[in-house]
Amino acid sequence: MRKFVIRRLLQLIPLLIGISLISFFVIHLAPGDPTNLFVDPSVQPEELARIRANFGLDKPVIVQYFYWLKNVLRGDFGTSYFTGKPVVLEIAERLPATLLLMVSSMLITLIITIPLGVYSAVKKGKFFDQFFTVFSFAGMAIPSFWLGLMLMLLFAVQLHWFPAVGMFSYQLKDAVWYIKALDVMHHMFLPLLTMTILSLAGMSRYQRAAMLEVLKEEYIKTARAKGLPEKVVIFKHALRNALIPTVTILGLSLSGLFSGAFIIETIFAWPGMGRLGVQAIFSRNYPLIMGVVMLSAVLIALGNLLADIGYALVDPRIRYGKK
Amino acid sequence: MNQFKKNKFAIFGLVVLGLFIFLAVFANVISPYNPESIVESETQPPSLKHWFGTDEIGRDILSRVFYGSRISLTVGFVAVVIAIIIGIVFGALSGYFGGFLDTVLMRFVDVMLAFPSIFLILTIQIMLSPNIYNVMIVIGLTSWMGVARLVRGEFLTQKERQYVEAAHAIGASNLRIIFRHILPNAIAPIVVAATLGMAGAILTESALSFLGLGVQPPTPSWGNMLMDAQAYMRDAPWIAIFPGLFILLSVLSLYFVGEGLRQVFNPKE
Repeated sequence: MRKFVIRRLLQLIPLLIGISLISFFVIHLAPGDPTNLFVDPSVQPEELARIRANFGLDKPVIVQYFYWLKNVLRGDFGTSYFTGKPVVLEIAERLPATLLLMVSSMLITLIITIPLGVYSAVKKGKFFDQFFTVFSFAGMAIPSFWLGLMLMLLFAVQLHWFPAVGMFSYQLKDAVWYIKALDVMHHMFLPLLTMTILSLAGMSRYQRAAMLEVLKEEYIKTARAKGLPEKVVIFKHALRNALIPTVTILGLSLSGLFSGAFIIETIFAWPGMGRLGVQAIFSRNYPLIMGVVMLSAVLIALGNLLADIGYALVDPRIRYGKK
Repeated sequence: MNQFKKNKFAIFGLVVLGLFIFLAVFANVISPYNPESIVESETQPPSLKHWFGTDEIGRDILSRVFYGSRISLTVGFVAVVIAIIIGIVFGALSGYFGGFLDTVLMRFVDVMLAFPSIFLILTIQIMLSPNIYNVMIVIGLTSWMGVARLVRGEFLTQKERQYVEAAHAIGASNLRIIFRHILPNAIAPIVVAATLGMAGAILTESALSFLGLGVQPPTPSWGNMLMDAQAYMRDAPWIAIFPGLFILLSVLSLYFVGEGLRQVFNPKE
């Protein structure tokens, strides 16, 4: 097991280098650079050249890349062009908000998706299953930002039950911690609901398919033939094996979850990493874009790794590292 | 074909999709107003004169949604064609030749898959200056990986078949074997992937345009019609409702058709 984890971690290195190379070149090969955006037009060309040199923007792209890589290996992702703060710090400030949203959404999804998928598979073709099919397809077909807007329209604009945007109420900035926590939860409800509906739709569909697959197996027939109660067959024999693909899909869906989270954060003005990244892209804040892309890539890759390890744990037939 | 007819979701999808294609083709005939001109005072609620109301500067939303289907379906279609072509080339080369080339190409696919794709798309868009052609290209360039894997898998199984051996024996070139002999056998899963891929492309286009990095106003696309909707949510919610409904319905119909086709091609399921 340990060997497997180490090997997989080593495989991450070329993957991350590939990602950083592509993003770096995409960002830098475009015409123009950030100085076009934030420098006063009255500035003299010499001054402009000096600013470019300051940021290292006058060197060939490949040289800039190696500079960047050298610094990153020392843990330095550069400084944000506009705030002058280190990129690492800037991201660290925003990361908790994103993780709070994503992890809560994933946990809720998992808790709901398993019984939903199982019940739908057991009742295949019945009314519940048909209804559920429509729900999950609609969930996959709905644009994330529009679902967010519609929930905002209903719960914030019409009903006034939840705040539409942000994470904290200004009036409560001096309140005790548990009031503040409740305030955050109140703000979190709509973005969380949006994310959860989106991931629930896809996940429970997979859970249903996995369950249907397992229910066709011979050993299920055997279990039923032995006269075991249906409950035992479903939960003890079938579900265990149907959970394996769920673990994998959860890992694979991370990339999509990130993309979704970034758009949702933008709509709900949730002060997370995604919103930071989108703003960085709009203002061509190169070091910050690279920082956010790389951190997301690492998180996605680690998520996939965890899913693989989980896979090995759930299914004892899989023995990684031994060939 | 009977299999498809029995699937009422697929039939529903086909009908709705047909309706959208009709709207897209005949948008100029059936739209009551010019989609880009101001025909009324701003933010009028839906009425007999303007079924879907008017937007924040007084344009007819119904006409804009009709023209929007033309834009959104075209973008989705062209993007998916680009993705399919790249995917077929990568997948065919990888699966047919195998070995080192396969390793290199598939590692590249892994890298592309590990990207938080929305960032790549947004970054390329802002670097290229957003317009409708770049939207198609960028979506195509970032969504071919699934097709590549699929085609590679098909080629891996097909190239062991006897007809390929026979083609080799009569001296057919590699290119001929790839495109004339093997590829036609892999068409079914590619068609399914293309249908589902077009749904994905329409969703991506709408998100990009919503963020202002896709199809540029005044050209209406379903996504960019929603761009300013958030600001008018309190007073004119219909601006936000109708374009979104059209995105949802078109994507849903493509999913249903795709799933129906999948069942036809894999009767095992």
